[in-house]
Amino acid sequence: MMTDVINPPITVPGSAGGIRVPDVHDGHDGRPHEHHGPSGILKWLTTTDHKIIGLSYMITSLALFYVAGIMALGIRVQLATPDGSFVSFQQYNELFTMHGSLMLYLFAGPFAFGGLANYIIPLQVGAPDMAFPRLNALSYWLYLTGSITMLLGFIVAGGAADFGWVAYAPLSSSIFTPGAGADVWIMALALTGFSAIFTGVNLVGTIFYLRAPGMTMFRMPIFTWNMLVTGILILIAFPVLTSALIMLFCDRHFGTHIYDVVGCTTLANPGVTTPSACGSPVLWQNLFWFFGHPEVYILALPYFGIATEIIPVFSRKPVFGYKGMVFATMSIAALSTGVWAHHMFTTGVVLLPFFSLLSLLIAVPTGIKFFNWIGTMWRGQLQFKTPMLFCIGFLLAFLMGGVTGVMLAAPPIDFFTHDTYFVVAHFHQVLFGTAVFAGFAGLYFWYPKMFGRMLNDHLGKWHFWLMFIGFWVTFMPQYIVGLKGMPRRVATYPSDLGWQGYNIISTVGAFIIAASFAVLLVNLWISWRRPVPAGDNPWDGHALEWFTTSPPPHHNFTHLPPIRSERPTWDYNHPDHPALHHGPKPPSGPRGDGGGERERVPVG
Amino acid sequence: MRIEAIFLLGVGIFFGAVGLIYWFLSYEDGGFLMLIGTCALGLLPGLYYYYWHRRFRGSKFFFWGTLDKAVGDRPEDRADATIREGAGVINSFPGSSVWPFTLGMGAFLSVLALVFGIWLLIPGVALLIGALVGVTAESRRGGHV
Repeated sequence: MMTDVINPPITVPGSAGGIRVPDVHDGHDGRPHEHHGPSGILKWLTTTDHKIIGLSYMITSLALFYVAGIMALGIRVQLATPDGSFVSFQQYNELFTMHGSLMLYLFAGPFAFGGLANYIIPLQVGAPDMAFPRLNALSYWLYLTGSITMLLGFIVAGGAADFGWVAYAPLSSSIFTPGAGADVWIMALALTGFSAIFTGVNLVGTIFYLRAPGMTMFRMPIFTWNMLVTGILILIAFPVLTSALIMLFCDRHFGTHIYDVVGCTTLANPGVTTPSACGSPVLWQNLFWFFGHPEVYILALPYFGIATEIIPVFSRKPVFGYKGMVFATMSIAALSTGVWAHHMFTTGVVLLPFFSLLSLLIAVPTGIKFFNWIGTMWRGQLQFKTPMLFCIGFLLAFLMGGVTGVMLAAPPIDFFTHDTYFVVAHFHQVLFGTAVFAGFAGLYFWYPKMFGRMLNDHLGKWHFWLMFIGFWVTFMPQYIVGLKGMPRRVATYPSDLGWQGYNIISTVGAFIIAASFAVLLVNLWISWRRPVPAGDNPWDGHALEWFTTSPPPHHNFTHLPPIRSERPTWDYNHPDHPALHHGPKPPSGPRGDGGGERERVPVG
Repeated sequence: MRIEAIFLLGVGIFFGAVGLIYWFLSYEDGGFLMLIGTCALGLLPGLYYYYWHRRFRGSKFFFWGTLDKAVGDRPEDRADATIREGAGVINSFPGSSVWPFTLGMGAFLSVLALVFGIWLLIPGVALLIGALVGVTAESRRGGHV
């Protein structure tokens, strides 16, 4: 039996008979409304629609991903030979700094919380838009201008910032890194920092205030839950970074000595160096990593959420251990904010047992997540479509990165491997596993929703397998060469230490990864030139975004199904196989929405 | 609003506890202050949400006093709520607005002024003030162009 749907949820303002009024601006004729605003470039400049803003975020961050990827190829070419002369030392420093900065600040985070979350969260909670649409648009413009500001570093005198993406003091001071490159780097992060904070506010506001009736907190899709936790993490972490950057800028230009250790003078004796007036370089590390480690999880949790959306759909089962997933996400986020100094073990001034214990503890909720992902697949009807393959790739990559993370959480191992290629391989496996494997799983999964057309599954699999092979070929040798002692951030290395073979393999792997992303471009081109219509729900998805049209109309929904579990669309399409029920049992008796007193049984 | 409140209060309580433990183990002031700041970030909105949760349930002030009429939980907080219960205007969503772009460009020029020359502040701040006035006036007019 099909449950009936309230239709349409559009009415004129103030009308008592309406259902949900997403807009007071249009829809006065009572029909599902299309947007009447400006068109063309003006539409893009003035839009407040979360879908257009989300797509703008995604396109911008993907472009920056390709730019940063080309930088990575430059780094790998340089390192393929011991005395590489592909770039100069200065250019090499700029390359790895900007590669890290673009990937971490401008791709991995914004692609998830600015792009996918912006597009998907209002759809998943049944909202017409984000809670603060104009603030949302401002977030994008700050992100775009911040990205342009960072790239401006390449055209200013003295070149781009070259102190690594962590900008440690005192290397980042005006004495050791003069020039405008560092300043535009700081200003770029100030802009994108505010952009992230505004997006965090918007995510939390949307999830707290704009859920559809019946969409209780424990019926929200896991992706939405993860974005809520990510939103809170953004609000914890980014203000610290922004204020730390402003202090760094003051140190560089306004004569303060917050992190400075060279040339410290007081106002009373401007010409005399006074050691007591010096600042604390370790303070920068404390502030930076108080942002930096939650940032790692700001980059990971959304992607965990994406995997948790995709794996149940292609296993034809509800997610295994829904509440376990939610509480594991919260635990990871909570612990991640108490582990910042594990990046500073070798400074010798941090509380080793505290940070080591909390770092090791993160493995427990992460392990729960792995258990639940595998439990979701267990005895499911697995369909190895492209998004599912990327998710399995994510599981393997993140597992390897996570296990080496547990190793690094132990101070004795960290002392030995700190600042070697072992660490480089570890965090690339973690971040590539999440942001790239799970991120592109999300792209393949939600692309039909965003454009109403499919990506080619065959080419998608080529993309996956090339990337999967390239990934392992690139990063596994880096573990070994790291254990053999190769330090990170060096442009050349001695030829007699046996490091070159590993570096050559790693470089070959990097080019295989690059080839895989060429396949993605071909796939996008084909989808653009010869569209294959996707329909509203090509994957037989579970959450509310699959209930509306592809692409969704202005303000998202013309009608909504009854929401009685965390899989409302599945329940509507498969009334004989509703999802497991979560939350208090609904009262018995007939209900207006036809939600029905069906027996709730697990399927799968 | 109960779960939202508990979620935020949990953030506050957890980081308050971790902050205190950290302080007494390390006496390191930077990390302690950031943890206590995070505690406040959870407690302040958490208490606000909990206050309203109790108001919806009929308490005047948290656990004290009784209101004449309890509004009851919001439809999105009740497992048995129907879509029909969300009837009415839920918000005013702007169709399009030029001011976020203007504000963004103002911020862009203003931060570039700190690097490339203070003269950039003139167009930057002009755009910022213009956009702030514009966006406020737009909100008062009804939220859209």
